[in-house]
Amino acid sequence: MTSLTFFYTGLLYFATLVLFGGLAYRIYEYSRTPAPLKIPTTPAPTTNSGVVLRMAREVALFESLFKSNKWIWLFGWLFHVGLALVLLRHVRYFQEPVWFWVEFIQPFGKYASFAMVAGLAGLWARRFLVDRVRYISTPSDHLILALLIGIGLSGMLMTFVAHTDIVALKAFMLGLMTFDFQPMPADAVLMAHLFLVALLMIIFPISKLLHAPGIFFSPTRNQADNPRETRHIAPWAAALDRDKA
Amino acid sequence: MAAAEFEVPTLTEYVDVPKIKEGAMAHVKSFVSPQVTQEFMGYPWALGEDWKERALFKMGDLLGKYRSLRVFMDACVHCGACTDKCHYFLGTADPNNMPVARQELMRKVYRRYFTLPGKIAPWLVGAEDLTQETLEKWYSYYHQCSECRRCSVYCPYGIDTAEITMAGREILNYAGMGQKYSNEILVKVQKIGNNLGLPGPALEDTLAGLEEDIEADTGVPVKMPLDVEGAEILLVTPSADFFSEPHVESLIGYAKVFHAAGVSWTLSSKASEAGNFGLFNGSYETMRTVAMRIRDAALELGCKRIIVGECGHAWRVAYSFWNTLNGVGYGGDDPFARKLQEQLDSRYPQPMHICEYTWDLIQQGVLKFDKSANDDRVITFHDSCNVSRGSRMGTEPGGQFTIPRNIIRAVANNFHDMDADTIGEATFCCGGGGGLLTDDLIEVRVKGAYPRMNAFNNVAKGRQVNFLALICAICKAQFTKVFPYYGFDRNMVGGVHQLVSTAIKLD
Repeated sequence: MTSLTFFYTGLLYFATLVLFGGLAYRIYEYSRTPAPLKIPTTPAPTTNSGVVLRMAREVALFESLFKSNKWIWLFGWLFHVGLALVLLRHVRYFQEPVWFWVEFIQPFGKYASFAMVAGLAGLWARRFLVDRVRYISTPSDHLILALLIGIGLSGMLMTFVAHTDIVALKAFMLGLMTFDFQPMPADAVLMAHLFLVALLMIIFPISKLLHAPGIFFSPTRNQADNPRETRHIAPWAAALDRDKA
Repeated sequence: MAAAEFEVPTLTEYVDVPKIKEGAMAHVKSFVSPQVTQEFMGYPWALGEDWKERALFKMGDLLGKYRSLRVFMDACVHCGACTDKCHYFLGTADPNNMPVARQELMRKVYRRYFTLPGKIAPWLVGAEDLTQETLEKWYSYYHQCSECRRCSVYCPYGIDTAEITMAGREILNYAGMGQKYSNEILVKVQKIGNNLGLPGPALEDTLAGLEEDIEADTGVPVKMPLDVEGAEILLVTPSADFFSEPHVESLIGYAKVFHAAGVSWTLSSKASEAGNFGLFNGSYETMRTVAMRIRDAALELGCKRIIVGECGHAWRVAYSFWNTLNGVGYGGDDPFARKLQEQLDSRYPQPMHICEYTWDLIQQGVLKFDKSANDDRVITFHDSCNVSRGSRMGTEPGGQFTIPRNIIRAVANNFHDMDADTIGEATFCCGGGGGLLTDDLIEVRVKGAYPRMNAFNNVAKGRQVNFLALICAICKAQFTKVFPYYGFDRNMVGGVHQLVSTAIKLD
């Protein structure tokens, strides 16, 4: 095993572990923290199925953001939908044979990268151009945008300009998954791309990227508006009740 | 017109989002709560040597108890969607009044002490040490938030700055920096039974006087019963309704509605306050203690129904939290909840808003009105923040918007809504909610009222509107105070049940 293969094998295992382990820990933490009061932002759905719909609109369409600011919505939605398509397209590098729908979305996934990078560029521009957003931006906000754009551009470079040895890459990836290690192709762009992706995976559970699991736990969005019909009480609050009753 | 020691915003057709002015409101500091008050509340009254440990302990404690705080600390991406949504930012241009920046005051400390990147690379992620200076900033800016939840409507993750402001105030209290206004009120309500500190005998006198006034005015003996055991309905209303203007006009309205419906009802000297400033302070225990008075009064008097008068945050606490806090509601199968549920009349929602009650009677044809009695008024309606975004009326989402308007249209001929971007779930706070209704915060209150005053000015000019109808005691007090700053007559402010009172026909 070359030192290059060794490095990337270790890095990707580490990144995968941090991403999934870290996210699992966060989700565990969020789920075990009680929400002691009913605080849905009203008007809110009165049933649980209504809440599922509200959450679906929020996650798929960014409903609240649309109400809020059309520019942020446009850039944010372009980026996220672009990213989703790009990610789905990448499923092909982790399976053999490739599923039909993964095959089908390949061209969409390729061109979605433009939407993704355009959205990111728009979001980044706002951090310089809008004084309010400039005021609240931290160095890490800029660096995360740079990271994502770096991932997008390096990927596009390999897709549209300087193709990498995709057969060798796929062998490397499948090797990682089956512990049958194959050499990592020595392509500078590919190395940069994978390094940035690993970095993104590692910072995911310790950064603002936690908005992704966070929204599902947001009490203002995931609670039904039915406080008169159901008694909602957290365990630590119920302990106060027993003293009184 | 009161002489202002600060610049009152100029009313314009549209609210322009201002360019940020750093530190524009940094000088604001409402009076700090004195020793006697803090001691009653169980908090230190000054920062002791261990203030920092105490503050961080409380922060960790709240992070473990409140999923809202826990998730909201992590989830913000600084997208900027909320930056132009707060009425205090629009009225002051101080960037710390942008919801995200207000949250960041706490998030910086959270990152420093509770997250890995903040511990190892604070400069990178915007993490900062907790210092006395930080605490002073918290005190200033967590008392420039009315916890109105407008930002939470627009946040893509539903981050509610109110939750963070509440946590901030609880941490401040725990460290030894309480706010005089809110905490003194919390002492009065616990010691005497209401926020105004009106003792039982004084309340009795006031109600007797009002009965005489109504009879002199209408010739009908409308009663204002107090502490009547076995009355069907217990009315819990903000104590301002007992002797503040224009609040008392709505109290007269409720009494007339009950009279016309022919029901037995009562006020309670123990529960002579619907308001619950425990909400504003972010202390579950305090809010629960204050809410428990309602349970006790209902059990003692044996009432079958509990109805809440015109008060915004009180309705949020009653509608959303009472079932949790004091068991007024349904669905609990523990002994604490069952005891009250067995007493309450399950044909009606518990608690019920006075507007829900009145609107039901109107639909049943029980109440008769002479709408022309309100013809001198051209009316608009201000959606109170806590009612709009923290509660509901009726059975459908959004009933909190339609029911009060339906009542107004049923009792008056001239009604016009303000601009759609400023009502309903998008409503702007009056500027005085959330524990800011004190003269030491008058600058914040006047500037925070600016977006609402702009919208009101537009209908006043364009539609000749001369009456702002309200369903909140704080809104009533706030607008009565700030209307003159913007060149309007304070008598243009009143309650929805004041309009009911004017038009209702009594036998």
